[in-house]
Amino acid sequence: MATDNYQGHDYYLIDELLTDEHKLIRDTARTFVKKSISPIIEEACQKSEFPKQIVKGLAEIGAFGPTIPQEYGGAGLDYISYGIIMQEIERGDSGIRSMASVQGSLVMYPIYAFGSEEQKRKWLPSLAAGEKIGCFGLTEPDHGSNPNGMVSNIKDKGTYYLLNGAKMWISNSPIADIAVVWAKDEEGVIRGMIVERGMEGFTTPETHGKWSLRASATGELVFDNVKIPKENVFPGVKGLKGPLSCLNMARYGISWGSVGPALDCYDSALRYSKQRIQFGKPIASFQLTQKKLAEMITEITKAQLLCWRLGVLMNDKRATPAQISMAKRNNVNMALQIAREARQIHGGMGITGEYPIMRHMMNLESVITYEGTHDIHLLITGMDVTGISAFE
Amino acid sequence: MKFLVCISHVPDTTTRITFTPDGKAFNTAGVQFIINPYDEMALTRALELKEAQGGTVTVINVGLAVTEPTIRKALAIGADDAIRINAEPIDALFVANEIANVAKNEKYDIVFGGRESIDYNGCQVMTMVAEFLELPSVAIATKLDVNGTSATLEREIDGGKEIVSVNLPFVVSAQKDFAEPRIPNMRGIMSARTKPLKVVEPTNAIKASASVAFQSPPAKSECKMISAEHPEELIQLLHTEAKII
Repeated sequence: MATDNYQGHDYYLIDELLTDEHKLIRDTARTFVKKSISPIIEEACQKSEFPKQIVKGLAEIGAFGPTIPQEYGGAGLDYISYGIIMQEIERGDSGIRSMASVQGSLVMYPIYAFGSEEQKRKWLPSLAAGEKIGCFGLTEPDHGSNPNGMVSNIKDKGTYYLLNGAKMWISNSPIADIAVVWAKDEEGVIRGMIVERGMEGFTTPETHGKWSLRASATGELVFDNVKIPKENVFPGVKGLKGPLSCLNMARYGISWGSVGPALDCYDSALRYSKQRIQFGKPIASFQLTQKKLAEMITEITKAQLLCWRLGVLMNDKRATPAQISMAKRNNVNMALQIAREARQIHGGMGITGEYPIMRHMMNLESVITYEGTHDIHLLITGMDVTGISAFE
Repeated sequence: MKFLVCISHVPDTTTRITFTPDGKAFNTAGVQFIINPYDEMALTRALELKEAQGGTVTVINVGLAVTEPTIRKALAIGADDAIRINAEPIDALFVANEIANVAKNEKYDIVFGGRESIDYNGCQVMTMVAEFLELPSVAIATKLDVNGTSATLEREIDGGKEIVSVNLPFVVSAQKDFAEPRIPNMRGIMSARTKPLKVVEPTNAIKASASVAFQSPPAKSECKMISAEHPEELIQLLHTEAKII
């Protein structure tokens, strides 16, 4: 990719709603992305390789579990800081943000929220430091939007549980040291547990041939009579609310994160349209280009305001899952539409690796599907406003 | 070892510079401010020396309260404490005098700064600080190593480099290559919250100069494109329009 000339855009002066510390955190994450992600991301995606060398740097900028208290190795930051970090990382690449989201929201958060004190002390500091990598097993081959139908199961064998089943579309699975896995017990109640690499019968085959999130390692989790020590099961939660509360955290991060590629696409399109001369003048002077750019910054500004307000509600512990669904759905769709429009503005150059546009667009096709599909989030809003579920 | 690093609060290098309507001041509206990049290199080298040999790094800034986010960033990068002299940094003599007034009581082993601040590009403060403190001054250095009570520095000169040896204490101003600036890590940002930032009032040292007006450079004139197949047109224009041949 060419030099990363990205500059943030803040049409409604939303920065004035942030603290100096928020801005310092953003500055830090942005500098890290320009220095360590932008120069390598195009090649990583072309080769479909997760760039492991950036894990330590991600940990240093607080990307792993920023809201986890400092005593467990986290940064003890607020939710706006968490959102800002996700946005800057995803401005670099959605695959890298996915890796960080999984580590923080789907692995560290459930260990912190539902784990025993021993589990927290054992795993959180090394996950925060990036010394260990985690993944999250909920989705199954036949159960995506309906996780309650899962068939993975545990059987009580007295001193241990026996885990059987398979999980699919698991970010970080091929590189993970541990997996937070959700499976039904003999009463059909969903339980969460930590499965460690090296346990007999536990394998993590990689999913090849993706055209999206190519810098993020995706795979399956296969459990063939895996003996799970009882101390690896979360004592603090039973039922679907366990995994769903993790998804809330991750979806919140995606609401902020997805504004990153939208800003990157807009920033690149704005610069390109002022430099690209056709018919003797910059293409930015044509009404159809201006319409695209004006609509982009309008939608970005609305999404930024949605993020900020949701962040305030999260800090006050007042954000509802339905509010998070609305922001995730709106912002990811907004980013995908902007990527497509920005691709048009870049003309043929938009499909090359010289610009980040096509990579963002392909990545966002996953982001609009994972962590609750675009349609399911709409139905969650529908259920919230009518009181009637359209999918159960 | 006690190190003092002088830092300026300057507009980000990508800022589009504009002036107030009366042309007398820089328009700061919507501008993002950063640590002056040369000062940041100086700070980084000071931190590297501290980490290798022990000691403390204090940062000092002459500025009003608006500069505190920039000072906090220096603390997040690793400085131990900070001093802000509560005054508008109007003129180099004033700034140098105020810094020297604070520094003279603290007996720093090395006083660091950048070769120039990238806003007004005066290139004067660090040598003036040295003069006020009656210390040796090595200006525009690209490298600094400390060996006990002396230091070896490198300076770029035409067609080569100059190796300078100096006894501590001394004042140095940093040039590109002095050190590779660091990104503050999250632990640093968290600890910067509680590091001491002392605000001292200025002694109202003498001011030697004042900016009277600023002018933007003239707009670029239009570029005429001439077809490579008709070089005679270029000759004609240089002769009749530009009148240079």
